[in-house]
Amino acid sequence: MLLSVISGFVLACLAPWLQRVVGRGAGAVLATVPLGMFAYFLTFIGRIADGEVFHEQWTWAESLGVRLSFYLDGLSLLFALLITGIGTLIIFYAGTYLHGHEFRGRFFAWLIAFKAAMLGLVLADNIISMFIFWELTSITSYFLIGFDHHRKVARDSALQALLVTGGGGLALLAGLILMASVGGSMELSTLLNSGDVFREHALYVPILLLLLAGAFTKSAQFPFHFWLPNAMEAPTPVSAYLHSSTMVKAGIYLMARVSPAMGGTELWMILLSIFGGTTMVIGAYLAIQQVYLKRILAYSTISALGVLTFLLGLGASGAPGDAELSIYAAKAFGVFLLGHALYKATLFLVAGTITHETGEKDVTKLGGLSKAMPLTAIAGVLAALSMAGFPPFFGFLGKELLFEATLAQPSLVGVMTGATVITGILFVIVSCLVALRPFFGHAKETPKHAHEAPFPMWIGPALLAITGLLIGLLPAALGEPLIAPVVASVLGLDEPVELKLTLWHGINAALILGTIVLSVGVLAYFGHRYIMAVLGKVDFLLRIGPAMWYEKALAGMLDFASLQTRILQSGYLRMYLMLTVATTVGLVSYSLFQISEFSIIPEIPPTDQWGHLLYENLYTLIVAGLILTGTYGAVHSKSRLTAIAALGVVGYGVALLYIIFGAPDLAITQFLIETLTVILFVLVFYHLPEFPKISRPRERMRDLFVSVTAGVMMTIMVLLATGIEPREKVSDFHSAHSVDLGHGRNIVNVILVDFRAMDTLGEIVVLMISAIGVLALLKLKSRSKGEKV
Amino acid sequence: MRSIILRSATRYLFPIIILFSIFLLLRGHDEPGGGFIGGLLAATAFALYAIAYDVKSARAMLRADHITLIGVGLLLATGAGIISMLVGDPFLATQWVTLNVPGVADVKLGTPLLFDIGVYLVVVGVTLMLVFHLAEE
Repeated sequence: MLLSVISGFVLACLAPWLQRVVGRGAGAVLATVPLGMFAYFLTFIGRIADGEVFHEQWTWAESLGVRLSFYLDGLSLLFALLITGIGTLIIFYAGTYLHGHEFRGRFFAWLIAFKAAMLGLVLADNIISMFIFWELTSITSYFLIGFDHHRKVARDSALQALLVTGGGGLALLAGLILMASVGGSMELSTLLNSGDVFREHALYVPILLLLLAGAFTKSAQFPFHFWLPNAMEAPTPVSAYLHSSTMVKAGIYLMARVSPAMGGTELWMILLSIFGGTTMVIGAYLAIQQVYLKRILAYSTISALGVLTFLLGLGASGAPGDAELSIYAAKAFGVFLLGHALYKATLFLVAGTITHETGEKDVTKLGGLSKAMPLTAIAGVLAALSMAGFPPFFGFLGKELLFEATLAQPSLVGVMTGATVITGILFVIVSCLVALRPFFGHAKETPKHAHEAPFPMWIGPALLAITGLLIGLLPAALGEPLIAPVVASVLGLDEPVELKLTLWHGINAALILGTIVLSVGVLAYFGHRYIMAVLGKVDFLLRIGPAMWYEKALAGMLDFASLQTRILQSGYLRMYLMLTVATTVGLVSYSLFQISEFSIIPEIPPTDQWGHLLYENLYTLIVAGLILTGTYGAVHSKSRLTAIAALGVVGYGVALLYIIFGAPDLAITQFLIETLTVILFVLVFYHLPEFPKISRPRERMRDLFVSVTAGVMMTIMVLLATGIEPREKVSDFHSAHSVDLGHGRNIVNVILVDFRAMDTLGEIVVLMISAIGVLALLKLKSRSKGEKV
Repeated sequence: MRSIILRSATRYLFPIIILFSIFLLLRGHDEPGGGFIGGLLAATAFALYAIAYDVKSARAMLRADHITLIGVGLLLATGAGIISMLVGDPFLATQWVTLNVPGVADVKLGTPLLFDIGVYLVVVGVTLMLVFHLAEE
């Protein structure tokens, strides 16, 4: 499992290079890797269906409890199959879709990295690893959504998605850490077994709210749904991937994952079914008002995510009511999840193909394409039938089970069933809109002359649509081994449950409802135009809400940032220095005053030893005198060159002190830094303003005050530090173990590259970032010459 | 600056400083030195070259772009950490092998050397990025 995740990231790094080498067929070549993974995960189906689970573990940062551990059960397996399977087809498709695009290599890199992150997320057992993969999906999707980065809309949408999901990610992190501290473990597989501990704990409510904040933002639940339609700025293969089986499903995955531990309470049920229910109705309602293919699909995705959340709310172990009910809902969840992934990926790809081949994305301006592109049309129609819930498609099964689950509820049957029926009807309209409108009726003029898409672009949708049909026809043979373990994972059962998935349930309430929904939906589609005319008037109520808050919050944040910048960032180096020094002095003195007992008065040796001490420390004293002279010179010099030279004296003096006290490494570093400083000074010398005019007497007094306080504070701190005798010194450990553990006699270097290598790694990263910062400043300045230096 | 003396001196000093910086880098684990010091020293050599001749020829001398140097350096340092993960140890736990070179001595090689080379490259890259850009102003 580790290999499957790591290899994804490695492949992502290689993708741009492969793209250059292979050229045209890069998509096909790159798709083989996820295809292999897909085959690998297929081999698990049998064993997972028998109730086995798989663990793998690598040490990462053991002292923090962070491990790279993986866990494969029914839920992760279904997701892993969707991610790798659909991922294969998407990469293959994208190779052709983006043929000739300037940044195709970069695109592949991000897409594959995203896929690897998503796979890591659903396989992770350790909560910190899971969180890291979670964030990686946010970051990689940011780059994917903003792929057409020359368009402002794309950049803004990407940023919006990142901010919304990233904000949720922070809440998630807090929730996960609380969960770990309550449950006493960092491993999900352990935590999920102690559900009662969580449900009865005082922190249950905050943990639940934090986790749900993460899940709801990621899975675009109302009122966080607004980022998802905007994310349609991404190239279509990305939308197909992100919104059918991955990115937005991550939140669903999270809720399903933690449901054995956190679910089953009334709060859980209320929150999930209310948010889920609202989302599914609003999403579907907004979907039928759109005219752009991808936006219709985007809103219907929001609606489907709502359905899934809703079902998770109903189906969790220990739910109020009996176990049968939760199994119903969990079963509906599993079936709907799989069904939706299959038809939604197909429809997105079909939409992409249509737009690619015709150059038109407005569904009202499309028609009669079935003759020009029959294969795409077949795939689209099959998927739409599944989405609408026609038998014998898998989507039919999902919809039946959804109705059964709501009908079986002990309370509020009317409201819940009503909501699902409305959603169902709207779904039928949506599927007609995306699959009937473009393909049938009169042929219309399109910007490009339509013809059938090349092989890589119809094979993916066709395969997915046919899979949806096959699983629908043979639910017991193909669906059950996948879905039954999912139900077990969601409910936290050790044994897989028997599902008895069949297409024909006999004539019951669900079937009757299903038929009504279908007929009303089809009728409504033909009256679509009239309905739209009525709906258009109430529309704005829903449109302005959350997206406007987002805009306001973002604008407010930026205003605050610029206000803060105006106060703190004057643009004058001396002000920065003064602020830094003053802050340090303030904070350090504050903590110094907190220490109640200390003595900083050093012991004065008897007078008869003075001569001896003077002799012993003669070199130190001489160097100290040198440093003082240098300082005096730097402060009093009338020319900048003298000041620099004087500062150099100070620097070299300090380096000499290092040598006297036996720290050659520090000394060498200091010498080199001094040398480089002089070089840099010389380079910028002519750009600096005239020297003596910089500060007036009053400013000089202020500077004097700041430097004197800083000096006094440092002196006190050094005296204090030397007065403390720690019981154990870190340096003792270092010097004792430098050779046997670090294989080196130079302790400084062993600390840098071995004992504290992580710090060093952090430092060189910081070094790089600051260099880039300086570079940016220099470039900026050279572009706007004549402005303030 | 067009000083014949400086130029001739640089021609001889440059390789010596670079050699010395590599020497410092390699011996760093046992004696004073290491990637940071070595990197700084190498950077001064290039800075000297840039002063004696010009930035363009110093850049040509460096061959690689400094951004590449920084990237490769970070990659090496991180890679040194990942190697130990492949063996099953935590990230950045050091791994050592001793090579027996007949007639010379036992040479110990380990991931810290790789790490230090990474530090060296980052330091060279960052310092020169600043020096060169300032010098081009």
